[in-house]
Amino acid sequence: MADFEIRDLRASVEGKEILKGVTLAINKGEVHAVMGPNGSGKSTLSHTLMGHPGYTVDGGEVIFKGQNVLTLEPDVRARMGMFLALQYPVVVPGISMTNFLRTALNAKRGYDGKDKSKQVTPKEFRSLLKGELEVLHMDDSFLPRYINDGFSGGEKKRAEILQMAILKPEIAILDETDSGLDIDSIKFVADAVNRMRGPELGVLIITHYTRILQFIKPDFVHVLVDGKFVLSGGPEVADRLEKTGYSEWAEADEPAVLKPEEVA
Amino acid sequence: MATVPKVDVGTDYKEKYGFFVPEDYVFKAKRGLNPEIVKEISWMKKEPEWMLKMRLRSLEIFRKKPMPTWGADLSVIDFENIFYYLKASNKQSTSWEDLPPDIKKTYDRLGVPEAERKFLAGVSAQYESEVVYHSLQKELTAKGVIFTDTDSALRDHPELFKEYFGTVIPPADNKFSALNTAVWSGGSFIYVPKGVRVEIPLQAYFRINAENMGQFERTLIICDEGSFVHYIEGCTAPIYTTDSLHSAVVEIIVKKDARCRYTTIQNWSTNVFNLVTKRAMAYADATMEWVDGNLGSQITMKYPSVYLMEPGAKGDVLSVAFAGKGQHQDAGGKMIHVAPNTTSTITSKSISKGGGRTSYRGHIKMYPDAKNSKSFVKCDALLLDDESRSDTYPYNDVDAENVTLGHEATVSKVSDEQLFYLMSRGITRSEAETMIVNGFIEPFTKELPLEYAVELNRLIQLEMEGSVG
Repeated sequence: MADFEIRDLRASVEGKEILKGVTLAINKGEVHAVMGPNGSGKSTLSHTLMGHPGYTVDGGEVIFKGQNVLTLEPDVRARMGMFLALQYPVVVPGISMTNFLRTALNAKRGYDGKDKSKQVTPKEFRSLLKGELEVLHMDDSFLPRYINDGFSGGEKKRAEILQMAILKPEIAILDETDSGLDIDSIKFVADAVNRMRGPELGVLIITHYTRILQFIKPDFVHVLVDGKFVLSGGPEVADRLEKTGYSEWAEADEPAVLKPEEVA
Repeated sequence: MATVPKVDVGTDYKEKYGFFVPEDYVFKAKRGLNPEIVKEISWMKKEPEWMLKMRLRSLEIFRKKPMPTWGADLSVIDFENIFYYLKASNKQSTSWEDLPPDIKKTYDRLGVPEAERKFLAGVSAQYESEVVYHSLQKELTAKGVIFTDTDSALRDHPELFKEYFGTVIPPADNKFSALNTAVWSGGSFIYVPKGVRVEIPLQAYFRINAENMGQFERTLIICDEGSFVHYIEGCTAPIYTTDSLHSAVVEIIVKKDARCRYTTIQNWSTNVFNLVTKRAMAYADATMEWVDGNLGSQITMKYPSVYLMEPGAKGDVLSVAFAGKGQHQDAGGKMIHVAPNTTSTITSKSISKGGGRTSYRGHIKMYPDAKNSKSFVKCDALLLDDESRSDTYPYNDVDAENVTLGHEATVSKVSDEQLFYLMSRGITRSEAETMIVNGFIEPFTKELPLEYAVELNRLIQLEMEGSVG
């Protein structure tokens, strides 16, 4: 039994069936990539795994630590060790990134305002932040800013990976983390993720384009078309998509590499 | 007219902020309102003749004026079933140690001693109808600053008092200013001499603590030319089963080049009717700032206003209102531009939850002489569920040329996307909601001294607990 198992997952959005039976086993230490053309169900997969209220589970289960997480609230999933880096991180005015990161870390550690021994100390928090900020080439000035408020595309994505680094999940889902990123930002983000790779972390990278996979090398690549996996294999699958795009699946004839003018 | 349902605030409220200290009053007036009660109050206080006359005249005005019908529903107030004057202790305390134990316990729960250690320049804490505790730092006295309770001010500074009392808000202004003038007791009196800056905020902490007990405190602040003062008033109320009336009057005079900031955080228990008249007169190049936070109460009607009397005067209102189940917060601001080149802003933030109702009610008036004046109003409402309600009633009267007047209003809900985002990081739903609400009022919170900001965030957290939906 794998550390994280998606079994025959079916999900819909506003009554429309999107995921039509997805099965995937992820072990800690592995990096999986799910690639697919527009509308194949990539975002539905990531949001359903994390428990977004806009997505309805129609069947299947996701087993993590012996539990079907599909019945749990998103915050419970997160505290169990799941993490989702969003494609479009949300702006929350009036709350500083520092406050957000500290609150999330305390929640992860089970601090509920009572048992002070579980609370992160200011000193520990500062040194933790300092190290991770350096890896992501971010400076302190970003900490007092409101959550994602006025952030550039690159800043938002880096902030997502910073949260991941602070929270240290066991299963991390990166949803289109490379979209809207310039090449430097991709490198910083990939460096940070690669540093976290290891026997304690399983990663699921969700992406349309192969570009990010040049920086974060996957162990397995799965192709999602119309809500189902149509091909699974090793890194060579990504190479194949690089050349032919999604044309093997007639209804999804899109390239899997960015055109030069699309590279930010 | 629909009646306002009586609210059972429940036992959890008692745990949260309510507590009860047995009544031990030196003097307790009879319920109800008539000239005899008013005469008795004045006699007890050994007031001069002019004040007694003013009280009696105000009582007449109060009786003649009809109840306002344009705001919240006030028809459930029974004026005959209220105590209009209570005196908890015969002597004025000057230090913390001298306070009666009951009163001390009350303030301990509110954390006043701590506040004093850290921030206070002087405390004027009102218990029941009269100020019993009062401390004033020597350096303030040395600078000529007067900071005392209003009763003592009438006795000790009669000329200054008579010159300004009732000049900003005359008794006939409205039914409740008339009531207050008839039966007022306690409140703060501040005089800041020319050119003196009071760098530490002056604070008063008070609460209502008797069944059917009305509080009619009267505050008068005079900032002489070029001076500065920041006055902070804050209160939480213990729990009682019958309605309680709080009807204060605050008058402020800000002279040429002076600046006054008046900060309030009110958290009355949800059976209190909070009907307050607050007004300031700002003269040439003077600045008046109202920072006003309203939580609690059953009904609040409060519209801090600034009369911009001379060129260059500036007025600001920054307010937050939180209405939970059975509560109606009818709040806003008024800016009356009388002179040219005057500016004003009103920023109002409101939160409604569990069927609570908030209203923004504002009035911008520009008289013909108010050329080249500017005013900007921004009101943002946050609704936490579908049962709650928010309304906006802006009134603009512009009779001047070359003026700028802006108005912006938004109504939003706590978004699923924001909640999901915070929860996906392991933060519980209720904590995430609290964060979003605290984020929403952050423009207000950041204007408060740190301690009050922390307290407000904590109060919001208490209000939000159990709001999981």
